Amino acid sequence: MKRDHAFLLMVIPAFVLFFIFHTYPALQGVFYSFTNFKGYGNWDFTGFTNYFKVFQDSRALSAYGFTFQFAIVATILVNIISVLIAMGLNAKIKFRKTLRATYFLPFILSVLIVSYIFQFIFTHMVPDFGQALGIDALSRNILGDQDLAWIGIVIVAVWQSVAFNTLLYLAGLSTVDEQLYEAADIDGAKAWSKFWRITFPLIAPFFTINMVVAMKNFLMAFDQIIALTGGGPGRATESISLLIYRGGFEAGQFAYQSANAVIYFIVIVVISVVQLRILERKEVK
Amino acid sequence: MSNRINWKATILLILGTIFILFPLYLTVIIAFKTPQEMSGNILALPESWGFDNFIKAIEVTNFFNALGNSVFVTILTVIIVILTHSLVAYAIARNLHKKFYKFLYFYFISAMFIPFPIIMLPLVLQTSSWGMDNLVGLGILNGVMHLAFNVFIYVGYVKTLPIELEEAAIIDGANTFQVFWKIIFPMMKPMHATVAILTALAAWNDFMLPLVILSDSSMYTLPLVQYAFQGQFSTDYNLAFASYLLAMLPMVVLYVFVQKWIIGGVMRGSLK
Repeated sequence: MKRDHAFLLMVIPAFVLFFIFHTYPALQGVFYSFTNFKGYGNWDFTGFTNYFKVFQDSRALSAYGFTFQFAIVATILVNIISVLIAMGLNAKIKFRKTLRATYFLPFILSVLIVSYIFQFIFTHMVPDFGQALGIDALSRNILGDQDLAWIGIVIVAVWQSVAFNTLLYLAGLSTVDEQLYEAADIDGAKAWSKFWRITFPLIAPFFTINMVVAMKNFLMAFDQIIALTGGGPGRATESISLLIYRGGFEAGQFAYQSANAVIYFIVIVVISVVQLRILERKEVK
Repeated sequence: MSNRINWKATILLILGTIFILFPLYLTVIIAFKTPQEMSGNILALPESWGFDNFIKAIEVTNFFNALGNSVFVTILTVIIVILTHSLVAYAIARNLHKKFYKFLYFYFISAMFIPFPIIMLPLVLQTSSWGMDNLVGLGILNGVMHLAFNVFIYVGYVKTLPIELEEAAIIDGANTFQVFWKIIFPMMKPMHATVAILTALAAWNDFMLPLVILSDSSMYTLPLVQYAFQGQFSTDYNLAFASYLLAMLPMVVLYVFVQKWIIGGVMRGSLK
């Protein structure tokens, strides 16, 4: 009995704080999404007006379009590269510790600062290099090109994220029993079939986690974009987070962007759940 | 047979590190160069290794103030997180068979799927009207934001701890809080290390929460200073890169010494 009270004392403060600073603002956001609140002053209820407006707002739609395109491409690239690096780092290689430490380095660096460094590479170094060598494709600043700027953001996001995902895959690979490979060797299996028949099925749960986490993180991209392009050129690389931030704080669209945030939340949950369902079904097989 | 070194993988991996090291090499050499040297070969080493850029960057960005702010927020966040999240997770893990605690567990970890922008706008109004738009407020909010993931991995860990020691201590007359602080908390050491490392990295590099919460520029953390700096001095690349290098250096130095634990911590965190 007394023990039960002690346990309650342990969780209640955290519960209260969490409610006040997480759940309550979230509920408030949902509440204000049905009003015309500007972030200050008076407001009225407007029902679903904000929601209808989001679906007709070309700026919002293009933010969703860009964010999806970026997130899907980045998720796929990160996972392919991470699996390859993790398999390499898991093999019997020389300088194993040093190589692991090097590949993991980007994880500890600030996304914002890394993005600033890459911004210099894209705007100055690569074009200078391209011009010197007379390669037309490299002579332009891709961040200044409406159609290509998203590629620059993908490159930086992938550069940064591969480290963490590699570590997760490495954790997965360390659970695979070496003897399975030896048995496969005796059966004369090729590297490709060893990967698809042994490695991949055994690390499938890690693949699922990596896909879901990477996708979720990329859908929330903010730092890379504000540092690399600021959402430009024009609004070509404005992500949903950036749009909510800008509209909500700088343009007096508190209520409107709250509606956008609610839609954004629903989109992320639906995508994560669908991904989990599909990938977990594959795992069982 | 299986003890042979895989040279093909070794060489490919060594070549691959170029992609990681090149941007860092570039940062270092540009930070040491003069604006005149920028017009030549960008990749060449600087003619002299003077510290003028760094001295100027420290002045312009008020570097030590920002460093102090970042250190303060990071340490405060880690202390809050280790002391409270482990306690919460312990209570939940030992009572998961009860409805209330099960609800609490899923309530907390469901926050992992809530994008920050959905709470961002109301949270800013709330924290500024409550006088929490400062470094202490940021530490407390960090504690709330990291709760989901930390409870998730702490609970997983507590489940693996044997319950017999606790029962013995209770028979000896220890109360539940004493059991936690004297027996469970020390036993959680490996998980504390993991949580501390991941939390410290996240708090140190965080940009979005400080950006919306902190109103006074004297409280800016290192990433925020880089952001403000970029707006004012975007054309002086040597100064900018010196300031990037200064901002990244504390974590890189720390990494060199504790990378074994960082890598081990993340791997343990991901294995649950």
